[in-house]
Amino acid sequence: MNKIIIENLSLQYSDGTESLRDVSMEIRQNAVTVLFGPAGGGKSTLLRCLNRLNDLTEIKASSGRILIDGENILDPKTDVIALRRKVGMVFARPVPLPMSIRENITYALDLAGEKRKSKLDEAVERSLKLAAIWDEVKERLNDPAIALSGGQQQRVCLARVIALQPQIILLDEPTSGLDPISTGKVEAALLELKKEYTVILVPHSVQQAARTADCAAFFLTGELIEYGEGKTLFTNPKQKKTEDYIMGRFG
Amino acid sequence: MEKSLSWREFIITRLIQTSGYSAILFVALIFFFLLREGLPTLTEVDMSSLLNIRWYPIEDYFGILPLITGSLVVTLGAALIAVPFGIGTAVYISEIAPRWMREILKPLVELLGGLPSVVLGFLGILVLAPFLRVFLNLPTGLTALTGSLLLGGIAVPTVVSVAEDALDSVPRAYREGAWALGATKWQTIWRVTLPAARSGVLTAVMLGIGRAIGETMTVMMVTGNAPVLAIKLGSLFSPVRTMTATIAAEMGEVANGSTHYHVLFFIGMVLFIISLVVNIIASSVVFRAKKRAERILS
Amino acid sequence: MMTKFLSRNRYVVQRIGFTAITLMVILTMLPIVGTILFIIYKGGSAISWEFLSGFPHDGMRAGGILPAIIGTLYLTLGTAFFSVPLGIAAAIYLAEYAKDNQLTRLIRLAIINLAGIPSVVYGLFGLGLFVLFLQFGTSILAASLTLSIMTLPVIISTAEEALRAVPQAFRTVSISLGATRWQTISRIILKEALPGILTGVILGLERAAGETAPILFTGAAFFLPRLPQSPFDATMALPYHLFVISTQVPEMPIQIQYGTALVLMVFVLTMNVIATVIRSRARAKRQW
Repeated sequence: MNKIIIENLSLQYSDGTESLRDVSMEIRQNAVTVLFGPAGGGKSTLLRCLNRLNDLTEIKASSGRILIDGENILDPKTDVIALRRKVGMVFARPVPLPMSIRENITYALDLAGEKRKSKLDEAVERSLKLAAIWDEVKERLNDPAIALSGGQQQRVCLARVIALQPQIILLDEPTSGLDPISTGKVEAALLELKKEYTVILVPHSVQQAARTADCAAFFLTGELIEYGEGKTLFTNPKQKKTEDYIMGRFG
Repeated sequence: MEKSLSWREFIITRLIQTSGYSAILFVALIFFFLLREGLPTLTEVDMSSLLNIRWYPIEDYFGILPLITGSLVVTLGAALIAVPFGIGTAVYISEIAPRWMREILKPLVELLGGLPSVVLGFLGILVLAPFLRVFLNLPTGLTALTGSLLLGGIAVPTVVSVAEDALDSVPRAYREGAWALGATKWQTIWRVTLPAARSGVLTAVMLGIGRAIGETMTVMMVTGNAPVLAIKLGSLFSPVRTMTATIAAEMGEVANGSTHYHVLFFIGMVLFIISLVVNIIASSVVFRAKKRAERILS
Repeated sequence: MMTKFLSRNRYVVQRIGFTAITLMVILTMLPIVGTILFIIYKGGSAISWEFLSGFPHDGMRAGGILPAIIGTLYLTLGTAFFSVPLGIAAAIYLAEYAKDNQLTRLIRLAIINLAGIPSVVYGLFGLGLFVLFLQFGTSILAASLTLSIMTLPVIISTAEEALRAVPQAFRTVSISLGATRWQTISRIILKEALPGILTGVILGLERAAGETAPILFTGAAFFLPRLPQSPFDATMALPYHLFVISTQVPEMPIQIQYGTALVLMVFVLTMNVIATVIRSRARAKRQW
């Protein structure tokens, strides 16, 4: 079933950098969809459109529609706060907020109006477990989150998103700064997550893309070149450009 | 709940926005009130008498030239002290001093910036003026020079902090490049670092001068307050009277709405315009547009 | 031979240059330290409980300076009351909301100009607007308002700098978690920028506490037999009092003058030191 439908999405930043050109695709529920391609291809831009984080950036022009559950989220009347609670995001660099581990997890819930301690405790445990970090931090939930290692920080950031019980989770190269063991833990968590959520991942390597993708989309200079089932796309790409990139014959 | 939240957000945003605009409002208000109280001067006193060399308000002589030249002489003297000493100190702090020395000097300079001008004026009367009178064998110690020396001290912190910022922002690679080519530290400072920080140092000088020309209490206390035309070299060693001191000394004793009152506001207007010009020049020298997008994307 | 001479010469020049600059720095610093020590030395003996807590009498030639101390306290608090919320809000606008456009540039230019306007011109403005036009009279209220506009640029620029120093990523993350802009600012950014903002506030108020010219015709009283009762009363103030007793009162005991200068200096420099300490502590503690 399709969770997100993107129709003819185009976008240009004011400073003329990265942009999207006429992208159309449908993203499946309860699957990991991977957006990959060389830097500057528009993957991150597309992610930042899905939760309207691009509102923070100066945009020259944009057109097209993004339908989530049938509603066009690019409509100016959209409640972006509710949207961002529904579409969570994990960034390339782990950014723990300057507070304790626990407060990092409860921050968004608290803002959303949840003050009951039992509910918050429950959410902390559930989301830290889903992010595969509970055992490592359960003894020191009140320590500052900044004191954790990079890999731990990133999983806390993932848990922070999960705590809101979003429907869609966006991950923008979430393992780019991590060692292979931490990377493995994050990837394992993703497989667990797709049972409940729709996961969209910008991987930090083609290998990671191939490992994790149910569906995969190849982006090049703002255009969607090829989109399909992960297995077929990585073993038997239809487009020459996709094949070149996967084989490392690029640039 | 969501509804009330967005209302709160809306109101707070508006309040913050209004506060942001308030600076423009205040500058406009200041200018407006100076104009309102100062402009009547032009109908009450004719130009030739205003641009005269005699300031003697009791008999309706409102020549402001002695006051302007008084301000200029004192400020020039102050600049001659504050610029070399200020830039020298900035160079020392940013290029020469070891780290521990820097940690002592910077707060010390800030401390000087924090000393109330009235305290410096007070010491000027009791210590500096008697010393200068004896040392230079003058009839009185309350001279333009006394004012210049103290004003120089008052302007130094401004010059130091702005110039040091400018020197600090010169990329380290420039210096390393010069050292690699065999330049001594001293040559690097003169031929590379200072020229690279040129615009910031210039701003420092402008702001220092602006600080000196606007200073009131110190000059009022130590320059002797004699409204005579100060255009000879010897003027530096005789009493003068500045624009700021005139306003401060006489405003308390004039009747609101009198010609004298209007002239004092007129002088305030002149001071306002001078500071406006100085600051616009100073800020346009360093104006560098930072791209907001850069911050957001990084 | 020639190059050898040149290279030695270069180091001689460097040595002379460094010595000259070091001398200049000493010449700049000695008077600062000297001034402070001299006033402590000369004024220290005047300080007594009676001096700090008594009223002046015998034409101010005897007694204490309590009304001036209290007056300066009132003026400083009054200034803080207006300038702190306004200044911080303006800084938030510039750091968090303002777009890079003509209007923002105009605001910045206005702030730079506010910082450069001579203090006596602020006095004129306060007289014109607050004392006469709004009819607050020569009062604590009028003087505080005048001083607060004067301190505004200091507070705005230091607070803005402190806000900008907070990493952008905190904002992005908070917004992405469904926080509004104001929630992000009030829950994260302000807390992180607090030491820097506090430093700016204290430095601004320090300037207000030591100023004389802006209060000359807006709120300062030559002599008052009692403490001010309301914001609409005029008040004595330390800097103005020092000015008065050192220039306007004949046969003023030198002791009292130095004592007053010392109290004023301690009042102002304590604020300065507090600001410096807060700043350096926050820098050491900061984790980003």
